Amino acid sequence: MRNIAIIAGKEVQESLRNRWVLATTILMAALALTLTFLGSAPTGSVGVHPLDVVIVSLSSLTIFLLPLIALLISHDALVGEMERGTMLLLLSYPVARWQVLLGKFAGHLGILAFATVLGYGAAALALVTTGVAIEAGSLRAFAQMIGSSILLGAAFIALGYLISALARDRGTAAGAAVGAWLVFVLIYDMALLGLLVADQGRTISAALLNALLLLNPTDVYRMFNLAGSADVSAFAGMSGLADTVMLAPAVLLAALGGWTVLPLAVAAVAFSRREL
Amino acid sequence: MSATVEIAGVSKRYRDVEALRDVTFALKAGEIVALVGHNGAGKTTLLKLMLGLIHPTAGTIRVLDENPAAGEFAARRRLGYLPENVSFNPALSGREILSFYARLKREPVAGALALLDRVGLGEAARRRVATYSKGMRQRLGLAQALIGEPLVLLLDEPTTGLDPALRLSFYEIVQDLRAKGATVVLCSHALTELERRADHVIIMNRGVLVADGTIEELRGIARLPTRIRLTGVNCDTGPLRAWMGPVGPWRTIDGGTIEIEAAASEKIELIRRATREGTPVADVDVLPPTLDELYAHFLRGAGAAG
Repeated sequence: MRNIAIIAGKEVQESLRNRWVLATTILMAALALTLTFLGSAPTGSVGVHPLDVVIVSLSSLTIFLLPLIALLISHDALVGEMERGTMLLLLSYPVARWQVLLGKFAGHLGILAFATVLGYGAAALALVTTGVAIEAGSLRAFAQMIGSSILLGAAFIALGYLISALARDRGTAAGAAVGAWLVFVLIYDMALLGLLVADQGRTISAALLNALLLLNPTDVYRMFNLAGSADVSAFAGMSGLADTVMLAPAVLLAALGGWTVLPLAVAAVAFSRREL
Repeated sequence: MSATVEIAGVSKRYRDVEALRDVTFALKAGEIVALVGHNGAGKTTLLKLMLGLIHPTAGTIRVLDENPAAGEFAARRRLGYLPENVSFNPALSGREILSFYARLKREPVAGALALLDRVGLGEAARRRVATYSKGMRQRLGLAQALIGEPLVLLLDEPTTGLDPALRLSFYEIVQDLRAKGATVVLCSHALTELERRADHVIIMNRGVLVADGTIEELRGIARLPTRIRLTGVNCDTGPLRAWMGPVGPWRTIDGGTIEIEAAASEKIELIRRATREGTPVADVDVLPPTLDELYAHFLRGAGAAG
């Protein structure tokens, strides 16, 4: 446990030093603030809940941005250290490989959580200071959005480690990370959409669709946030989907958790078998 | 003293490359071991096996009475390792890196930081490693290997990038640890440096152990001739050769000096003859075979046998 904390601490220290934390937080805050004010401008006059609009735009942003940041910081974590030769020295110390992996995971997740809470929190705070009335329900949905964003980040950090543990060199890892991002964020949904259109509802049942959506962490996240609460889903244009897809929030959260634990476990096995 | 490192019948195969073949040796506490061999002879593989970073294909390894690859960490706390081409995260300072490694070994951070002064990095301790020269990084690598007074120290090419003064202070540190009962393994190509310092020499060739013993033992096994250099009084080699009578192979070094290759059995007799009453010999130098020569000899032998 202490080893994990020591390694996590070093990871955070390094990220602070090479300004990853600063850059990520500023990027998240800037985009969140932009979306908050641009996004609420047209809705302010018609009196819908402004925070719900922010949730819709921020979670759409999260689906693109957070997996990218997570993969960027994680794909290099193992193979990069192996290539630079620092891993050899680290593993000669009294520390197990799974502890190295979990320590790095804790450190990277901490950085991502910090940036998300601060960046998105700034957006909510900015909205409050402009004097807009915010309902408790919206606030809860917003907190849930931040929490599930961190979970989505965790899933992609874990995927990044899996890539890092399997890749032969840093270049391959970077390529695979970009590929993973494209597949999960863009291609999977397009392919699914194409499939649904082509199928015309003949063979793909709601249950199968549920299963297919669970196979992509970004879809799980989308379902959780955009179809989760009635108000939000109305703005998100997801109410139609929300009617047919009936997955409890707990199931969705568990799916995101699974998307974190499973790649992490496979990465740990692959890393422990790897010869340095 | 019991053995600190025991390697018994160890082989290691990477896919289709046989890195080590049936290697057996034991290292004792309080000795400096020179592990020598060409690139690719299996030195680094041996070190990695001792560290438990890789598993042997066959055979057993015990380091401080523990199997290093079994995931037990009691022994690793008493182990220091300096990899070849050591590298650190350039964004952190020397102090930060050393305190990180000290915490991993559960050693007091203050004691570890004192090592920075010992390797001459005291002033640069708060600077980022990115600003360090090659020699400074090597010294930082040495400092981390010394954390917690290790009982077994594995150093891969430890003196590359060190200037002569630092080399000397490095060997002082090594002698210190040896006096305290540590086993210090030095992998190096600088054979002349090791010659005067190593208590135990292990020569590897293409994954096979070709020689294992003290340098005296190796000299005995190799039976290489000792070279005796004689300098004449009058800068003339003629009278020298006449005085010495029949000898083994010899050659002229320069105008006044000849060098005779003497087998171990004739060495004393030749020296006696050179120093008899009325000798034209002004100076005698006895040069036993160097580690370089022994190394070349054993590699040739291995080549002939293989």
